[in-house]
Amino acid sequence: MNPVVAMILRRLGFGVLVLWAAYTLAFLLLYALPGDSVAAVLGGDLSTATQQEIDEIRHQYGFDQPLIVQYLTSLGDAVRGNLGTSYTTGQPVTAAIGQALPVTIELAAWSLLIAVPGGILVALAAVGARNPWLRNLLSGLPSVGVSLPTFWVGLLLLQFFSFRLGLIPAIGARGFAGVILPALTLSLPLGAMIAQVLLRSLTHEWTRQFVTTYRAAGLSRVRLLLSHALPPAGVSLLSIAGVVLGNVLGGAVIVETVFTRNGIGRLAETSVTGQDMPVVLGVVMLSALVFVVVNLVVDLLYPILDPRTRPVQESRS
Amino acid sequence: MTATEFSTRLEDPEEESVGTQGRGRRTTTTMLRLPFGLILSALVVLVVLAWAVLPSLFVTENPLLGDPDIRLSPPNAHHWFGTDHLGRDIFSRVVQGAGASLGTTAIAVLMSFVTGTFLGLVAGTAGRVVDTVLMRIVDVLQSVPSLLLSLAVVASLGSGPVNIAVAVAVASVPSFARLMRGEVLRWRNSLFIEAATMSGIRTPEILLRHVLPHAIGPVGALAAIEFGAAVLAISALSFLGFGTQPPDPEWGFLISEGRDYLASSWWMTVIPGLVIAGVVVSVNRIAHALQTERRPS
Repeated sequence: MNPVVAMILRRLGFGVLVLWAAYTLAFLLLYALPGDSVAAVLGGDLSTATQQEIDEIRHQYGFDQPLIVQYLTSLGDAVRGNLGTSYTTGQPVTAAIGQALPVTIELAAWSLLIAVPGGILVALAAVGARNPWLRNLLSGLPSVGVSLPTFWVGLLLLQFFSFRLGLIPAIGARGFAGVILPALTLSLPLGAMIAQVLLRSLTHEWTRQFVTTYRAAGLSRVRLLLSHALPPAGVSLLSIAGVVLGNVLGGAVIVETVFTRNGIGRLAETSVTGQDMPVVLGVVMLSALVFVVVNLVVDLLYPILDPRTRPVQESRS
Repeated sequence: MTATEFSTRLEDPEEESVGTQGRGRRTTTTMLRLPFGLILSALVVLVVLAWAVLPSLFVTENPLLGDPDIRLSPPNAHHWFGTDHLGRDIFSRVVQGAGASLGTTAIAVLMSFVTGTFLGLVAGTAGRVVDTVLMRIVDVLQSVPSLLLSLAVVASLGSGPVNIAVAVAVASVPSFARLMRGEVLRWRNSLFIEAATMSGIRTPEILLRHVLPHAIGPVGALAAIEFGAAVLAISALSFLGFGTQPPDPEWGFLISEGRDYLASSWWMTVIPGLVIAGVVVSVNRIAHALQTERRPS
């Protein structure tokens, strides 16, 4: 078989395996522990319900079945694209996620639009700056950036731009005005993470012999950075793409709560509060799916960007 | 095969002696002039630890009792960090909260340290099948962003300080397991382990007395990094309302209380947040120093 096709098939199979394992682990975590799901369906209050109502709910949601039967039924449904219905709203989980997803995609797009160029610029400047004092300052920035509590940064921005300067309404703003502060908040940890990884590999490239030779030959620092150090170092960013996108979803929980946006993160937060297990499971699976797809794409991009990682015909070796 | 083994054996002592020489020189210079940032970080951590252990020495007022006459007063000579919406002294609340925040964090890191290290040791020694199964589980845990994983655990266990500690611990088990497994694989084939095996020492004892001491440096540095991350994760979960019950002050919870007074009282959110950020930056600075000390490049 063509080695590229074989690699793609193997990767796809592995991705499906990860998704199945994630589903199983999450299911065990959410359903195997003796929590009171009937109470969650009834909004946390059992005192007003009659025994008959409780039995009906147990039957309707399948809580009266053994755990293994519940697992197999829900896995079968999930494969067919049905993630069950929310305990609290009665809405199908896929519909709830579908409603919230565009809000989060908008947030994610803007934050990545700020974080990726920002992170790359900071890393480049931290390596390329002539002034050693400035270089130190810039290379310290990323580690400070990942150390700040995201929810706090969001509140500071809200306080400064909405309450102090009155530039942007605190709630209810639409379009760009509504997304810019949350996007800035989320882009800080993402950008800092990107800068940290790129800075490490750029510093490594910068000490290699060919760079020293070029510098001795008088090639400008900017030229050297952009066309000789950045391309090999940039490949290292690919390996963290899955983690970065995962962190977009994780960070969205906080950012969307601070800025009251009804996206996936907010959905996760409210469903955890209400112990709404099907929704929690749905959001966990969404993030696992994002991770698997991104890593699949990255695995396919590697050989294109870095010839050394191209699959070789078995017969030749 | 014997040739390569022989050559590594010849090279090893030389490499070792160069390594120790370099390290020796490094220690004398670091003893003479530690970087200023590192000293400052150590000071911050020591002060906050003192708050956590002996809050009664530092609090200026009762952190749970408010004086309605001085509600929402900005920082001043009596109330360094200002007062909150019930007239409680925020400095005292931050000091009192250090125990809750750092205690929960310490429990979380300890749990993931023990579990992760154990899993890594088992994966590295128990043979291929166990190794593959354990490491695939670790892969799967890492495919879900850590905050969402923690939230799923909170959904299952319910809220409360111990439960969020467990939730944060679950999310950081993978990195400990990975590192520890790598360390076992790194030392497994070395000469002294071979010698110990030949002398009839049993595997658990080899792991405990010969592998673990070598691994403790890198694992310790990782524990410091994870401590910083756990402070952030715990404060985030408390901010979302899954941590301590009011009126117990916890740092993330203090900030969430200030949310409703953003327009009028900046100090309620800004100051506790600065404390969290300061602690995390300091812990990360120390972790970085630990890492570079172990692995001179």
